[in-house]
Amino acid sequence: MTKDDALFQFLLRMGDNTLILGHRVSEWCGHSPVLEEDIALANTALDMIGQTQLWLGLAGEVEGNGRSADDLAFLRDAWDFRNVLLTELPNGDFGQTLMRQFLFDAFQSVMLNWLQDSSNTRIAEIAEKASKEVSYHLERSGDTVIGLGDGTEESHAKMQAALDYLWPYVGEMFDGDAVDAVLAKEGIAPDPAELRPEFDAIVGAVLAEATLTVPDSPFVHKGGRDGRMHTEHLGHLLTQMQWLQRAYPGATW
Amino acid sequence: MYAQMVKTAGTGVKSRAEMSAEEARFQDRIDDDQKIEPKDWMPEDYRATLIRQIGQHAHSEIVGQLPEGNWITRAPTLERKAILLAKVQDEAGHGLYLYSAAETLGVSRDELTEMLLDGRMKYSSIFNYPTLNWADIGAVGWLVDGAAIMNQVPLQRTSYGPYSRAMIRICKEESFHQRQGYDIMMKMAQGTDAQKKMAQDALNRFWYPSLMMFGPSDKDSVHSAQSMAWKIKINTNDELRQKFVDQTVPQAEYLGLTVPDEGLCWNAEKGGYDFSQPDWSEFFAVLKGGGPCNRERMNDRIKAWEDGAWVRDGLLAHGRKKQAAKHAAE
Repeated sequence: MTKDDALFQFLLRMGDNTLILGHRVSEWCGHSPVLEEDIALANTALDMIGQTQLWLGLAGEVEGNGRSADDLAFLRDAWDFRNVLLTELPNGDFGQTLMRQFLFDAFQSVMLNWLQDSSNTRIAEIAEKASKEVSYHLERSGDTVIGLGDGTEESHAKMQAALDYLWPYVGEMFDGDAVDAVLAKEGIAPDPAELRPEFDAIVGAVLAEATLTVPDSPFVHKGGRDGRMHTEHLGHLLTQMQWLQRAYPGATW
Repeated sequence: MYAQMVKTAGTGVKSRAEMSAEEARFQDRIDDDQKIEPKDWMPEDYRATLIRQIGQHAHSEIVGQLPEGNWITRAPTLERKAILLAKVQDEAGHGLYLYSAAETLGVSRDELTEMLLDGRMKYSSIFNYPTLNWADIGAVGWLVDGAAIMNQVPLQRTSYGPYSRAMIRICKEESFHQRQGYDIMMKMAQGTDAQKKMAQDALNRFWYPSLMMFGPSDKDSVHSAQSMAWKIKINTNDELRQKFVDQTVPQAEYLGLTVPDEGLCWNAEKGGYDFSQPDWSEFFAVLKGGGPCNRERMNDRIKAWEDGAWVRDGLLAHGRKKQAAKHAAE
């Protein structure tokens, strides 16, 4: 694997994570429990779509085949997506959406923190910009997880159920492979396993305050970040997201 | 303004002789273009009318998220998706300012929400129409926000201070939305045959509902006369509708689209267009619940409110626990 091949894969991973999760979060528009949450969720989705433009834009440049961020977002099929499975899972209830957001934000904040010192200055610049947004996302999703975990008996039960459902998807974010090894050697991106202790510290502190218990289960779902096996959910998401571009090829919007 | 047919409280405009001393002083302040602030004395009917108007406007912003949200997950490019998300987020923000303005009159956001959900309060009829193709998102920005701006610009001078200030902020964002909507229409109108067809289809469906946004002719309405005397309302519905048509027809021509009105023609004498009235029986039917999407819109809002109860309760319970812990520590 050449350095550029690895770099392209890595950028797709970053961009697809924010694209797919941003899309999921945008599904809430107009349907949240309280007006402030409608605003916050739209804002979070908006930040993630903005980050997607940067990551996938750079991915297209690195690939060198003239594909734009839009081409990559709207004209690839599911097997070419490199997002972790966590991001493509359906929203479920508000608790599940916020728990998913929190787990992703915690990972993303640690990842971006590392990437700000990447030897690739383009990556470092994007990471610096995105990390400002993500630290705010993390603060908000963490506070909401705490508020609902340590709220009523009902909200606690729903948040524990969300954590139980989502936890098996956490491990994939830290499951390094040959792509990561190439980039880690060059100081471009970390071996994701290295990020785990910091993630565990952030998540552990919030979940403790939220009075929630990390499930004792070693099982890990994977197959998203290497594209080997996505969930059934991704295909449905893409049929909606890509519909106009697919139905009217070549049109300008 | 996303408020139509707001029934003015009271029995019509009082003559000076009929006014109490307080009412006369109040009317003097209005006539002198002074702003009325929350702690000032005001007639109960003025307060009640404003609550109805601001509440209906706020509800419209909230329900208005739904037809636009309908296309967020299908927006054709990342940029369009981002722009639409930002717009819908702005609408929710407008709802927030407006509920806050209404709260200064002594009604809580939860009370207003309950009145919306049980049908005691309305939202603008326009949001009971569906968004069926991508050009509808352009048409909503161009026509619906365009009509809203036409109403809201004069309301920046409305007599109630908090409402006026909310309008100033809202107008800035709405005119931005209108330009974005027109930009979508431009792309579509200059695009492929299929895109042109979408643009024309959107204009065909949104033209008359947009004209309805100004409400029926109010030249003989005693309610409007009172709201105008209080400067809650600045122009008549017909004046604003005419202004909207005069502004919009040349824009449609520039796009190469046809306004779906065979009666439309320039009247040099009045310096404006003659145009056909919308079907007012349809308008009244939509207000009563008989529009294409009334039930869906309300069901969505009711579901959001009911499904969200555990979230609101949970966060409140947590807030109380924190407060109690703080008191215990002191």
